[in-house]
Formats: sequence, C-alpha cells, structure tokens
Amino acid sequence: MQRKHWISALALLAGLVAGGIAHAQTTVRIAWYSDGNEGEVVSDLLKRFEAQNKDIKVVLDQVPYKAINEALPVQLASGQGPDIARVVDIGGVARYALDLRPYLKDAGYWDKNFGPFLEWMRPQGDTNSIPGFMTQLTVTGPLVNKTLFEQAGIALPGAKATWDDWAKAVKAVATKVQAPFPLAMDRSGHRFFGLAISEGTKVFDAKGEPAVIDDGFKRGAQLVFDWHKSGVMAKELWGSVSGAAYRGANDEFKNAQVVMYVSGSWQIAQFDKTVGNAFDWVAVPSPCGAASCTGMPGGAGLIAIKATKNPEAVAKVMEYLASEPVLSEFYARSLFVPGHLGIAAKGLDYKDASPQAKAALKVFSDQVASLSPVAYKLQGFVSNRIIFNAVISRVGQAISGETTLDEAYKRIASDVEQQIAERNKK
Amino acid sequence: MTGPTPTAPRRDDGAGASDLIAAPLALLSRLIDWPMRAIQRVIGERRMAYVFLLPNLAFFGLFVFVPLIINVVFSVTGGAALFPSQRPYVGAGQYAYLFDCGSFLDPNSCREDHFWRGVSNTARFTLFQVTAMVLFSLVTAVVLNMRIRARGFFRAVYFFPVLLSPVVVALTWKWILQRDGLLNAGITSLGGERILFLVDPSWAMFWIVFVSIWAHMGFYTLILLAGLQAIPADLYEAAEMDATPRWRTFWRITLPLLWPNMIVVIVLALIKGVQTFDEVFVLTGGGPGTATLMVVHYIYETAFSNQVQNFGLAAAASVVLGVVLFALTLAQLAASSRKGAA
Repeated sequence: MQRKHWISALALLAGLVAGGIAHAQTTVRIAWYSDGNEGEVVSDLLKRFEAQNKDIKVVLDQVPYKAINEALPVQLASGQGPDIARVVDIGGVARYALDLRPYLKDAGYWDKNFGPFLEWMRPQGDTNSIPGFMTQLTVTGPLVNKTLFEQAGIALPGAKATWDDWAKAVKAVATKVQAPFPLAMDRSGHRFFGLAISEGTKVFDAKGEPAVIDDGFKRGAQLVFDWHKSGVMAKELWGSVSGAAYRGANDEFKNAQVVMYVSGSWQIAQFDKTVGNAFDWVAVPSPCGAASCTGMPGGAGLIAIKATKNPEAVAKVMEYLASEPVLSEFYARSLFVPGHLGIAAKGLDYKDASPQAKAALKVFSDQVASLSPVAYKLQGFVSNRIIFNAVISRVGQAISGETTLDEAYKRIASDVEQQIAERNKK
Repeated sequence: MTGPTPTAPRRDDGAGASDLIAAPLALLSRLIDWPMRAIQRVIGERRMAYVFLLPNLAFFGLFVFVPLIINVVFSVTGGAALFPSQRPYVGAGQYAYLFDCGSFLDPNSCREDHFWRGVSNTARFTLFQVTAMVLFSLVTAVVLNMRIRARGFFRAVYFFPVLLSPVVVALTWKWILQRDGLLNAGITSLGGERILFLVDPSWAMFWIVFVSIWAHMGFYTLILLAGLQAIPADLYEAAEMDATPRWRTFWRITLPLLWPNMIVVIVLALIKGVQTFDEVFVLTGGGPGTATLMVVHYIYETAFSNQVQNFGLAAAASVVLGVVLFALTLAQLAASSRKGAA
C-alpha cells in the first residue's frame, strides 16, 4: 500500500516537472501589419519554426498599419512593446532597435545579403549594427487599368512617357469610358516624392541637411495642383482629409474607377486576388519628369527590439525568418520584391502568381536598378516622415483651396524645420 | 406580537438564494466592523466621512488628477522623449508658440495655423450645432409631449441614435454621403448632378453639424421632455379657460418654466460641441483641407500622428482646451444652482 503511494507521488512529481518544462518555453512576440497575404504566410512559416524549436513560442500579433505607425513608437519609447516588429518608418524606430550581431551565428550572411538596407535601420552615426532585415523591398509606381484603355481605343504610353503624356492619356480614357478617377495617387508624401524627384528635386542641400523646397519640388507640386484643377485627379484623396492622414485608392481601383493608380509594388498580391479576372491591369515603368524616371524605394523591415528580455530567442527567430530558403518562400508566396540581394540576384519564381501579377512584379523589380540616388537618400533619412507629412498636409490644403501653393511651400519649410528642431531638443 | 413576521413567507420562498448572498455579506461586515470601529475611536465619528470617501477620491485622483498634472507638466517641456524626466523644460514656450499670431481671426497669420484653424472650426461648429440642436430638441420635445398617435414609438425613434457608437454613426453617414453613396444615388436617379458632399468645405461643415444633431438630439430632447412633463397641468388649464392663444401659452408659460432645463441643455451641448472628435474624424478626417479640423483632432494629430510626436505642444493645446471647458462647466454649475434655487 505504502509502495503504491510512493509510485503515485513520483508520478505526480514527474507530471509537475513535465508541466514545468512545458512552461519553461520562451515567448517571442511579433507585431505585424499586412498589406496582402503576408500575415498568413509568416504565420505558416512560424508554425514550422515552433515545431523545430519546442523551447520558443512565437506570438504573432497582427495589427493595423496605423497601430504600427502611431501606437508602436509610444510603446517603444516607454520601454514596452513587442520583441520584434514589422515597421515601415524604419528610421523612426532605429533608436529602439536591438543590435543582433552578438547573437547571430553568421553575421556575415546578413552583411552580404541585407547590407544596403541595414543602413536604413541603424541610428545616426551607427555603421555596424544589424537590427533586422527587409520583409519586402517596395518600389512606387503606377498600376494601370489596361481594359479601360482598350475600351477607350487609346494606346498605353510607352516606357519613356512623361508624366504629362500619362496625364493626357488617362484623362482621355476617363472621359471616353466615364471613369471618375483618371489618375489617383496615394495621399502619401512617399508617393509624391517619386514624381518630385523625377522633376528634379534634390531634397537635401550640399551639407546633407533637408532643403525641401526647390525648383524640382515646385514643378512636382504644381503638376499635382494643376491635375486637381483640370480633373485629372479627383479631390477625394488629396483634397478630402486634413493633416498627415493617408488615403489610398485601392477600392476605387478594384472597382475599375481608376485609370492609373500611382501606388507601389506592395499592391500586387492584393490586386491579383481581388481584381481577379474582372479586368486586365498592368504595372508600368515610372513616368519621366524633367530630371529622371524614378519611383521611390521603400519597404517594411522586420526589426528586433532592444527592450526584449530574450535577445537569444529573438535572434533565433530572426535567423530562421531571414534564412534564404524561408525568405525565398516568404517573398514568393507574398508576391514581394525581394529585399535580399542573394535571392534578388538568383531571381524568384512566383509560382502562385497569375501571369499579370508576375509581369507586374518584373516591372517593379526592373525599376530597382534605375531608382534615383536622391530617392535612396531620402528613404534612408531618419526624419523622412516629417518631410512626407508636411508635404501632404500643406499641398493638400492648397488643393482644397485653403491656401496657395506659395503659402504651402513656406509652411512645408517651417514645419520641417520646427519638427526636426523639436526632435533634436535634449 | 405573535405569528409570523411580514417577511417570513418571502424568506420561505427563496431562503437558499438570499442566504447565499446575505451570509458572505454578514461575514464581510463583521470582518470590517472591528477595524472601522478602531479607526473611529482614533479619528472620531465626524471625520469618518472622509474614510468612506477615500476609495472614491483615490480612484478619481489616480485616473483624473494625476493625468491632469502630468499633462500640465508635459505642456512646459519640449523634445520628443516620452518620460517627463528626459524632456527639457521650456517654460511657457509651447504656449508662446501656440499664441504666436498676427491676428487671432486669421489662422494664416499664426505660426501654428492648424491649431487656430481648429479653434475657428470648433467655434463655428459649436455655434451652429448648439443653436440648431437646442431648437430641434425643443420642437421635438414639445411635439412628443402632445397626445399624438404612437408617441412611445416616436420617443424611442428619436432616442435610438444616442445608443449608437459615434464611429457607427459616422460610417453610416459616410456611406450615405460619399460619391457613390445612397444620397447621390437618389440625386442621380432623379436626373441631378452628383454632389461631392465631403469634398466641398461648406457641405462638409453642414453635414458634420447635421450628423452630430441627428446623433445627439435624442438625449437633449429627453431632458427637455422631462422638463415639460414637470410643468403643472393646471397652468395650461387656466390659460385655456382664459382663451389664451397657443403661441402665447408657449411663450408665457412653457418657455419660462422650461428655461432651467434649457440652460442645462445649452451648456451640456456646448461642452460636448467643444470636445467633438470621433464622429468628425471618421466622417471627414478633418478635411477637405482643414475645413472640419477640430481642436481635439489637432491635439491627437500633434501628439500621435506625426513622426515627431510633439507631446509638449499637444499638452499645451489640451490645457487651453481644458480652461475653456472649465469655464463652460462653471457656467453649467451656476445654471444648475440657479435652477435649484428656482
């Protein structure tokens, strides 16, 4: 009888120990926003990671884009937040990023494959740290509803067509087929600068300090302003909301109301799924301005956060996600332009993509090499969102008729100066 | 006294359930009885009121006073750091920046023009909204106070929007007012031209006032209805016997006796109008341009939407708004006390 008690007690103890081990798992939290299906893809990949690493549990918090831009910086500033975050304002969160270098098995792999993009993720003055990797490299550019062009009997402008050529063509198409949005551009400073840099803006002065208003910028702003006056652009995007609010034309494009939508490569997966066979759409090279034919580079980085209590586990998750086979699968299934130099050089087979999505991905991938150095510099500038927000807020006011463009230029310059000064106040 | 006490039969009906509640309560009261008596012995019976107020005061202090003080502290600091200890002291710098204006009537002449556009829009919105709200609420309350058919149904209908979330209200109206919305579908089906209601500054202001009245009118109607029902019927009977015209009865009896309720409605609507944010934020996003940008929206945008989250400037604007709201609250208290005296 006593022996039975001993056996029971031992069994109970074993159970408790096993339970204790089960609870000894390290939890890694990831804050993740999605443009398309990438949340599903990464969730799938993380399940495989967990199966291989029983000691680490990964919690994927799928949050809205707005939460990443507005709530996450406050969380990080207070020393809270996730262990890893997928962010767009990479420079803005650079000071909260963890340097993974001491925890990585092969830091050279990261330097070799993510080198140029690591600069975007590092705080000012840091030339060595490895804070994360790019989950996608994006390129801004136009997506065109080809069916509307065909219905109007108008040919698509060629590869070196200017912004003016496109404006005339899309207006003619829209008039013929009665589409309400001849040209739609995301209400985003990032998108605007593709046009402005094409028109010759330099953004920075000789010392590398922001000098936003120059002739190239004014040409770009004047074009956007005039397009709203002439009906090439409808006021629903740029003229409808105030301040730095983002507005896209995804729904309008899906509903075949937009002839040309200036957005970017991240929309491909979404349109491939939602437009389906409803109409034909194509990505076209960035239209040319007075200086060049460029879009803006960008993307979303997966950044390890300094405040984490489990840097080793975080590094393990990051190493897994950044490994070539895993990342190849992620890019291919999400239909993203790779932000990994090795994968980009080898080329990627987007097996699940439709022919038109594959063609669009090729157009955007080909654009990467021809992007203006000014565009790369602006993307890497730590305070770039200060510039982007000031531009959409003030040009938006001019478009809605509240101020003049000249007044908007003065305000943009003073807004940028004031906010950078505020950021630098110690 | 013999026989069962009046409560005995009820006790038999649900003895188990009431015991289940009463027993722990009795135990609890016995448990706190001793320490409370001990405290009373030390501080005296008269001061015991403070002991009972303490939990509520602590709660109020923690969630109202402490954030208020933190807000004031933030308003005299600058920079982009989150913790006050890491933020440089700038004195009244944020206030000076907010009030740096050539003319307060021309937002373009102000350094922080968006704040003054917000002030101007909020003032216009509040003026139109409160005037129209009080007028419509009064008319509705008077009608609902009459012996009309399906009175209960109409009272419920007017109150129903009050129960809705502001975001639901704004989204519903957005679907009605947008380019391909319900209203434009109606207009175009009648051969009219589509109107971009939320892109035209004048229309946008009109619609935010309209939607706000639609959403909140039921609440103020209810207050006025309660006031109307409290007016003694014999006054109306006397007026009727004197063959007083209806408009005169309204002017001489209804309105003066309803006036205390009207004051409460006006002041509450004013406070609510100054605080307006959620409905307008969802419906127009403060646009077109800054045509419907309200002060609270400006504060939110300054603190959270920009890359440099300018908590200092946003806190200073909050303090200014707080002072305005405090003045309105004092007006409400004065009005309420006058009502009480009446």
